[in-house]
Amino acid sequence: MADGRGGTLRAYRALLGAQARSQTAYRTSFAVDLVGNVGATAFDVLTVLVLFGVTRELGGFTLRETLVVVGLSACAFATADLLVGNIERIPQYVRTGLLDAVLVRPLGALPQLLLMDLPLRKVSRAVFGLAVWVTAVASAGIDWTPGRALLVVLAPLAAVVFFGSIFVATATVSFYWVESGQLANSLTYGGRDFTSYPVTVYGGWFRALFAYGLGFAFVSYHPALALLGRADPLGLPAWVGWAAPGVAVVAAALAAAAWRVGIRHYRSTGS
Amino acid sequence: MTEVITARGLRKEFTVHVKTGRIRRARRVRAAVDGLDLRVERGEMLGYIGPNGAGKSTTLKMFTGVLTPTAGEVRVCGLRPVAQRTRLALRIGVVFGQRSQLWWDLPLRDSFDLLRHVYRVPAAEHAARLRRCRDLLDLDGFLDVPVRQLSLGQRMRGELTAALLHGPEVLFLDEPTIGLDVVSRQAVRGFLAELGSTGDTTLVLTTHDLADIERLCRRLVVVDQGRVVHDGSIADLHRRYGSRRLVVADLDAPLPEPPVLPGAPLREVAADGRRLVYALESAGVAEVVSGLAGVASLRDVAVVEPDIEEVVARLYGAPAPAAVPAP
Repeated sequence: MADGRGGTLRAYRALLGAQARSQTAYRTSFAVDLVGNVGATAFDVLTVLVLFGVTRELGGFTLRETLVVVGLSACAFATADLLVGNIERIPQYVRTGLLDAVLVRPLGALPQLLLMDLPLRKVSRAVFGLAVWVTAVASAGIDWTPGRALLVVLAPLAAVVFFGSIFVATATVSFYWVESGQLANSLTYGGRDFTSYPVTVYGGWFRALFAYGLGFAFVSYHPALALLGRADPLGLPAWVGWAAPGVAVVAAALAAAAWRVGIRHYRSTGS
Repeated sequence: MTEVITARGLRKEFTVHVKTGRIRRARRVRAAVDGLDLRVERGEMLGYIGPNGAGKSTTLKMFTGVLTPTAGEVRVCGLRPVAQRTRLALRIGVVFGQRSQLWWDLPLRDSFDLLRHVYRVPAAEHAARLRRCRDLLDLDGFLDVPVRQLSLGQRMRGELTAALLHGPEVLFLDEPTIGLDVVSRQAVRGFLAELGSTGDTTLVLTTHDLADIERLCRRLVVVDQGRVVHDGSIADLHRRYGSRRLVVADLDAPLPEPPVLPGAPLREVAADGRRLVYALESAGVAEVVSGLAGVASLRDVAVVEPDIEEVVARLYGAPAPAAVPAP
């Protein structure tokens, strides 16, 4: 099946190329969007800087430390939003018949939808997010070890997978309930905002639910602790900082299962 | 194995929420397809007709793996459509009249090239099939035009090509002629007739246009409210519902008494007795014509095919017969 697999990869690459040609067909608007899309991520970082204008510490973390948390969150969210974010447009795919069209082709439905609607205009945002991450890590005074060097690469990848899983899992709700956009947004964008700060700034049931119930603490907070060499003020052991890839794999498996069940409930449209 | 499609007790239910009060809503389960049994052999050309909401599209979507049946069994090319969707996709072609397989912003030619990669078709095979479609469907004039700028007729010809480039064993067409002008409609019908005449490709098409069926399909399945109300040839349909071919004879001068012909009852006398219309029951055209020619001088004779629309309209809404009698 080696040839079959290569053929499948070539097919996906062809879909990606077609999407690139389609999007760049409108040059000016593409260029404008490239610039405009940096805005949202820049705003996340600015918010943190403004906060530190009025306080010296946030939940027990300094500005440089907090920037590692927000940098990881921003970089991963922007990348996941680029790669998977458009899956929230399922109701539109249903209405235009794109979902029917991809289902009668010999490729996976989810990768086809992602590639055929890949918002290349958001590339600028992902690049900006990466720049924030690199800057934050470089200026945080990290005591480098081989382990931390590995984590600095692995943590953003795990976070991308985690955010991507949240996008896919929440999007599948619209197979049952078309008007589910707001619920999905509260988890995806809410999750991004939650992971922009150390979880110590939140309290009570809200922290318990988002940080550990849904697993958002593993996206940026715990990896940041491991990189900075700080003990968790909430008392979790140090190895938790390394749990991010495992949590991401579990999240991806759950999201894939939700997708598979969801697509069987797909109702299509009248004609 | 020559059976391409087998469906047994196929059923698809949808849950709808009906408003019963200001806020209150009731959940109702409606069966779009209600116990469908169907067997289609290789090379058949099957026409699937029914009023809006009869479950035609839903059935096709269950055959192609888009929708999961609520109950019943279905095999297409020996595969289970939903569970083996990607394997089945390589062996079937699908044209949804109101959906597109083409890339909107790219030239038509690019869509064909992309589909070659998607279906992993060897370049030589792809080129040969594309050449044939270009000739038969006259695509050359608009191959380099972005799909969004094509007319509906041009786009439909593109869709047909797109569905055939991987050499499918079964071609499913959902309303392939809807909204087309007369010329495009003829082009599409002619192409499908040619495709079906080789006997390699099985064709299943849904339509509202009975002319599609008369031109293309020897077998006609009429569905209403999710059930099959007729399955057989068009001739069977006429036989079953008593519709007859008519002989319309125009005479030079009216007869005092229209002749009584065995096996062909008189249906109508028009134009002051100069036009006689006989229905062909057991008699043939020749017997009726020679019977008339013996007693009158004929100006013109025409044989009129029965109006299938009328027959089908009578089928819709009528209670389904317990069993469809074999011809």
